[in-house]
Amino acid sequence: MNLELKILVVDDFSTMRRIVKNALKQIGFSNFIEADSGLAALEQIKNNKVDLIISDWNMPGMDGLAFLKEIRGNEATKGIPFVMVTAEAQKINVLEAVRAGVSNYIIKPFSGDDVKRKLEETLKGA
Amino acid sequence: MDVSYVNPFIDATLCVLKTMASTEAEVGKPYIKKDTTAMGDVTSLIGLSGQINGSVSVSFTTESILCVVSRMFGEEMTELNDEVKDAVGEIANMISGQARQKIETMGHSLKAAIPSVIVGTKHSIAHASSYPVVAIPFSTVDGNFTIEVCFLE
Repeated sequence: MNLELKILVVDDFSTMRRIVKNALKQIGFSNFIEADSGLAALEQIKNNKVDLIISDWNMPGMDGLAFLKEIRGNEATKGIPFVMVTAEAQKINVLEAVRAGVSNYIIKPFSGDDVKRKLEETLKGA
Repeated sequence: MDVSYVNPFIDATLCVLKTMASTEAEVGKPYIKKDTTAMGDVTSLIGLSGQINGSVSVSFTTESILCVVSRMFGEEMTELNDEVKDAVGEIANMISGQARQKIETMGHSLKAAIPSVIVGTKHSIAHASSYPVVAIPFSTVDGNFTIEVCFLE
């Protein structure tokens, strides 16, 4: 994996952003930006070249699924790998995210090893 | 309330604490809780709706949540600040998510609301209905916590 990638971590809970960043640091990543909502994340993407998005699903305002659809619907951002971190492991939710073009998803609760495995799958060759 | 809905929450609680905080918890004996006073200093409550309606809460003593969050963050937390309160909400969110996944296999689809967090000694927990609340105490080497499950069918 290319550990220089710039990763956008999106979650309305600062706690979960911190836990995700800790897991990413353990893997060796160090280039992060953050947002606390889908809308704030879109702003971040306007101002930064982002290589990977790791986003929560269940957020007030624009949730992770709506954010994913915005990303996939924009020519400039549609190719960015998008990993959904979610407690929504019910079949209908997973199918909805797959249809919307999610690259991979991490089900909460997760360990650092779970994050590493999912990113290896997502970033094969990156 | 059908008590078969309680086991998914017990299993999910054990899994969340073990996976996210490397904390092994022991399950105590469930009981019907007759008052609304929380069994801890900080509680997160989530409303659940769908084919059945209800709510689930998790209440930690200050001692236990500081240890749990310290393990989640990989650094020592010494006060019940906003980050720790956020973490209680996330723990409740994960317990709810994993339990709902199991309840789905029982044929009931549920949606969860955004968790609320309440702090204070002897605070009150407002569950989704006046129906019986099943409380399940847990103990860990770091202290105790309790989950409460309330379903209206």
